[in-house]
Amino acid sequence: MPRAAYACHSPEHRLSRRTFLGSALGAAGVLGAGGFASAAANADLARARRRVLVVFLHGGASQLETWDPKPGTDTGGPFRAIPTSVPGVHVSELLPHTARQMHRMALVRGVNTAEDDHGRGAQIMMTGRRPEAGIEYPHLGAVAAKLLGADGDELPGHIEIHAGGGSGFGRKDAAFLGPRYASVGLGDGKPPAELLRPAGLTEQADRRREEMRKRLNDRFLRSRRTAATEAYAASYDQAERVFRRAGVFALEKEDPRTVDRYGRHDFGRHLLLARRLLEAGVTYVKVSHTNYDTHHENFDFHIEQVGEFDRPFAALLDDLADRGMLDTTLVVVMAEFGRTPRINHLYGRDHWSKAWSVALAGCGVHRGAVVGKTNANGTAVTDREVNAGHLFHTYLRAVGLDPKKNFYPNDRPIPVADPKASAITELLV
Amino acid sequence: MPTASQFDPANARLERELKHPRPLTACRFDPSGRFLFAAGEDSVVRRFDLLTGDEAAFAGHRSWVRGIAFLPHGDPDPAGVAAFEAARLGLAVAAGPAAATLRPPAAQPFTVVSGDYHGKLVWWRGDAAAPGPLREVAAHDGWVRAVAASPDGKLVASCGNDHLVKLWSAADGEPVRTLEGHDCHVYNVAFHPSGARLASADLKGVVKDWDLATGKPVRDLDAKALHKYDTGFRADIGGARGMAFDRSGGRLACAGITNVSNAFAGVGNPLVVAFDWASGKARHLRPKEAFQGTGWGVAFHPAGSVVAAGGGNGGRVWFWTGDDASSHAVTTPVSVRDLALAPLGDRLAVAGVNGVAYVYTLRPGGPPAAKGNPPPKKK
Repeated sequence: MPRAAYACHSPEHRLSRRTFLGSALGAAGVLGAGGFASAAANADLARARRRVLVVFLHGGASQLETWDPKPGTDTGGPFRAIPTSVPGVHVSELLPHTARQMHRMALVRGVNTAEDDHGRGAQIMMTGRRPEAGIEYPHLGAVAAKLLGADGDELPGHIEIHAGGGSGFGRKDAAFLGPRYASVGLGDGKPPAELLRPAGLTEQADRRREEMRKRLNDRFLRSRRTAATEAYAASYDQAERVFRRAGVFALEKEDPRTVDRYGRHDFGRHLLLARRLLEAGVTYVKVSHTNYDTHHENFDFHIEQVGEFDRPFAALLDDLADRGMLDTTLVVVMAEFGRTPRINHLYGRDHWSKAWSVALAGCGVHRGAVVGKTNANGTAVTDREVNAGHLFHTYLRAVGLDPKKNFYPNDRPIPVADPKASAITELLV
Repeated sequence: MPTASQFDPANARLERELKHPRPLTACRFDPSGRFLFAAGEDSVVRRFDLLTGDEAAFAGHRSWVRGIAFLPHGDPDPAGVAAFEAARLGLAVAAGPAAATLRPPAAQPFTVVSGDYHGKLVWWRGDAAAPGPLREVAAHDGWVRAVAASPDGKLVASCGNDHLVKLWSAADGEPVRTLEGHDCHVYNVAFHPSGARLASADLKGVVKDWDLATGKPVRDLDAKALHKYDTGFRADIGGARGMAFDRSGGRLACAGITNVSNAFAGVGNPLVVAFDWASGKARHLRPKEAFQGTGWGVAFHPAGSVVAAGGGNGGRVWFWTGDDASSHAVTTPVSVRDLALAPLGDRLAVAGVNGVAYVYTLRPGGPPAAKGNPPPKKK
């Protein structure tokens, strides 16, 4: 398989100030956002930038303990279904706060992704395509950063907040779009290491150093100007902008009452950071909440995990709505798959991709809609079955993009979304 | 009944298989030892009459039942039940099928209180021919994980996911007192045989000793070996899945899981933490074999042995007599989720994940228990 023109093949993992800036290398030869936005959306894009937030319930949350409860059946488990702010729509009792946000949300209950492996399932959900030999497709975050971002953005367009681990690059998730659109990972929501000017370096000394770097760089560019060197130079400009926006990571400056609303735990802190990043202009943020891979004691663990998800997620939707951002921000709650309706001998549920659910909210989404249906005990989709391709089309349409257009890496047309699928139009405004 | 000198766990052998339509979540013998109550994932508690073979459904819960407790009306007579069984057995030996004409005595009256995962307690007449809920109490916010009856039959204790232990009037279901002090899900509760104290155990392995006269905690006992926060999966696992005092009140045992290396796959080992009640000193009782799973129930045999059952990679019943390693183990046909010991110690039952309550006799004589099916191979 040919390597993408700007794919990063270095062993770099750690995100330092220098490498963080280096991640912004440009990807030439690909269309700008103007070429993908539908005509009607162009004016909107100019008026209000659209953004995407994905909350990824890592390990595969149970649809029966979240969006598609089946109480009183052989698969239903011990929990109730509770009413929501949308008459007739019920969710698990583990989501009391989110239930009150349902008028801002939509549910897709007929998802069949036909892949029960964690890695492949996640890849399918993030790319909207089944893996193919010979080509890798960009993740949703890279596509969003490419098509919704702007050249002057002060922060990277594609940020992923992981529950743990270090900060670094998602080296492959932009595929042929190039490393400029690859994810910048924030382990435990921590800001990039060495982002701030070292304490021993004065502002004046730092400025002189940067001026010297620019002079040397300009001299180099006069004789060896290429797309890569242009991107390299641009990355330093972005560095300065990131440096000036380092305050976005300063959660300690948030009102303590806001921190309380999100919860004083890792996921609450990560979701609050996500809101701040979106407010600061980041195009795409993904927050992973771990872990839902509950082969053992699914119900106890869902009390703990869904309980941790529920309140901050509801707080986030409140905040986005209060700030007028919900109209321009698409929120997606997904996982790599759902969990088996059958309860195993360990009170667990195993991997299940044949009939599960995804939740959406905000930009472009018909709020309060429920599309798709499963049978009485949740073992199969009985109405409006969709796969990850349909969802991918839907996400892009929701933020005003045309998923049927092409990227042209190396002058080869590649559809933005899987041409075998189409958007779930019932979900779209 | 086996006396202390007669009790030998090697006598355990499978006596009956009582089928419930759904996988079981709990099982208990009534105070007479005549009935086994087994709850299933259909939220129905079924009563199995071991003398007649009759069954009755206690339908009224809308979620899973894990807590079952009994309030006898008068003194239970397990010896009378055992005597009838012995008489019928003797007649069967002497007269064959004529033994079937021997009529069982009328069931002694008793009340059952059961608690479910919707936080509800339900009172039932345990011996009713057609049982129905007598009283329903919204007891806890979240799951009721265990229910216990006081030795004098005047109080019912419940505990649950709201971090609370609650006392109720057994007679009318009115709240008596709320015991606050746990900071996480409370998994189990048991009255001390003296009736003056109550023990409760939570997810993190904190066992509280409550003075029922004041409603205040007197001390905490340490069963923290039954808890772990799995940093990989970012979740807590633990809790006393089974808890029991011995008859004298000198010992308290808690059963659960320890050595957890993968909470979400259930990779850990069963453990019984047995306390000397007076000193609070704990002994850790472990299976002799490297069994992978959770201890779901524990009891003290009248002869002194500790009995526990668990499930995971198969099912087992373990017996500890005097030492820290199980002296005997019985392989159950399937993984099990609860243990019940009959009042005289002559039977035990385990709650099978296949919906079968397996009843074992501990009476001397006969071949040893079937080893059961091998555990399913991991996919």
